[in-house]
Amino acid sequence: MTSFDTSMQLVYVLAAACFVIGLHLMNSPATARRGNQVSTAGMVIAGIATLVLLIHSGTVTATGWAVLIVGGAIGSAIGMYTARTVQMTAMPQLVSMFNAVGGGAAALVAIYGYIHLENTGVQGTTTVFTLLDVLIGAVTFSGSIIAAGKLQGVVPGQPLLFRGGRLVTLALTVVAIGAAIFLLTTASLPALLIVALAALAFGVMMVLPIGGADMPVVISLLNAFTGTAVAMAGFVIGNWALIVAGALVGASGGILTKLMADAMNRSLTNIIMGGFGTGDSQPLAGPGDSGQQVRSIAADDAAIQLAYASKVIIVPGYGLAAAQAQHGVAELAKTLEEHGIEVSYAIHPVAGRMPGHMNVLLAEANVPYPQLMEMDEINPEFARTDVALVIGANDVTNPAARRTGSPISGMPILDVDQARSIIVIKRSMGHGYAGLDNELYIDPKTSMYFADAKKAMAELTAAVKTLVG
Amino acid sequence: MSTALVTDLTIFVLALLVGIEVIGKVPATLHTPLMSATNSIHGIVLAGAMLIGVTSHSIAGYILAFVAAVFASANVVGGYVVTGRMLKMFRRREVQK
Repeated sequence: MTSFDTSMQLVYVLAAACFVIGLHLMNSPATARRGNQVSTAGMVIAGIATLVLLIHSGTVTATGWAVLIVGGAIGSAIGMYTARTVQMTAMPQLVSMFNAVGGGAAALVAIYGYIHLENTGVQGTTTVFTLLDVLIGAVTFSGSIIAAGKLQGVVPGQPLLFRGGRLVTLALTVVAIGAAIFLLTTASLPALLIVALAALAFGVMMVLPIGGADMPVVISLLNAFTGTAVAMAGFVIGNWALIVAGALVGASGGILTKLMADAMNRSLTNIIMGGFGTGDSQPLAGPGDSGQQVRSIAADDAAIQLAYASKVIIVPGYGLAAAQAQHGVAELAKTLEEHGIEVSYAIHPVAGRMPGHMNVLLAEANVPYPQLMEMDEINPEFARTDVALVIGANDVTNPAARRTGSPISGMPILDVDQARSIIVIKRSMGHGYAGLDNELYIDPKTSMYFADAKKAMAELTAAVKTLVG
Repeated sequence: MSTALVTDLTIFVLALLVGIEVIGKVPATLHTPLMSATNSIHGIVLAGAMLIGVTSHSIAGYILAFVAAVFASANVVGGYVVTGRMLKMFRRREVQK
């Protein structure tokens, strides 16, 4: 190593340190913005160092520079535009697309590195990392695009299973592994491309059978894949910054995957095998069609319960976001608070379509973050709560999860049924993702308020205002 | 195994452990911004795309480097901007309108 190379590596270490410090600062909403800035600074440092390295090498042709500058400018413009315009409800799709391009770029780096090395002689260990990079990167690329399509509604959200699907997946695995083994013994670019194509097809086949509400797990997993692919790219080109950044992202994605799978009490294998659940939209059924008696109430009665409570917990679910009712909820909560009623939000880990999604949606509606409570924090509070207001959440409130023998048995739930009274806002008696009757609805303490969430919020707010105003 | 590979593997394993330690402390409230922040961090693959650009002297090489550069820069810029946008919304108190 020349002293120039050494100093460049040290600059990369500095960049990697910025990433770690940046992520560390994200441990509290108060310091998180600074964390993002520190992390950005790390990226700028790494970018400048790479430019210096390129100029110093003096081997970049005019075409090479043009390719990099034009490519970088186009990518930055696309990234900037989508990041500025994206709706917060569409955040899972965006993150999924970012996973796709990250994984794709990592795979391309490895393929290019391989072409280059093929001329100079490929080393065995490099081939292993190239293979891993191409495999993981390609699966991430196509899998993330399908996941984004499902979230956007371009690809149907329900599990897509077809006859022979598993067989196709198995065949793809065999092809990929076969080509990979061949590559370990013989240097061959076509074999590497076969691995890439099989992995691309595998990614599609992997995500298609997974249902919409399992997307938080899928996105987290693909995030972990992207990180791993980037780390492998780092091994291929021998760059520490890529290895460290990739490992950090891999760890983050891995932790989130585990948290999400635990929150559904399902194993990763079970989720990846797919076929579970019914997707997003439920066929509408009339109230009370499950044969059980439920108590239905109107806006005025619900407003009376809320106005004379001293502590209210709001339980938002994905249905809230689907109905675009987050601003209405914030408005209702504000009205209640102005009259001295304590309001907090109980957020189940899988309340949105990606980890932490519901928090962002409520933060956008101006809900102060200290009111957003995690499941473990809020569960003991329900017993001291006068009214629990459930909006668009279903399976995560179903007490059946506490018993054995139900498909959701063992899933951690919000202890909504411990509250003194419960109001559930729902369009109809339709089932949740798991396709189950919710026992909470037939609890004598529960009243059902059948309405669209957005309209219900406006009516409730108006009714509460006349009562207390 | 070469010394370089052993060094690389050591860095990888330690970074993984640091990542688990640091990210385990991020509250669930911030998991979405965390994901978009890690999105931009894995955009570091841009550095890789730039470095392979150095050695490319063929059409195929230029195309690969170009696509990689578009992907990775979208990752970096988009990730940071959207994370900043989200984090700006997290307030301790409600803003007075």
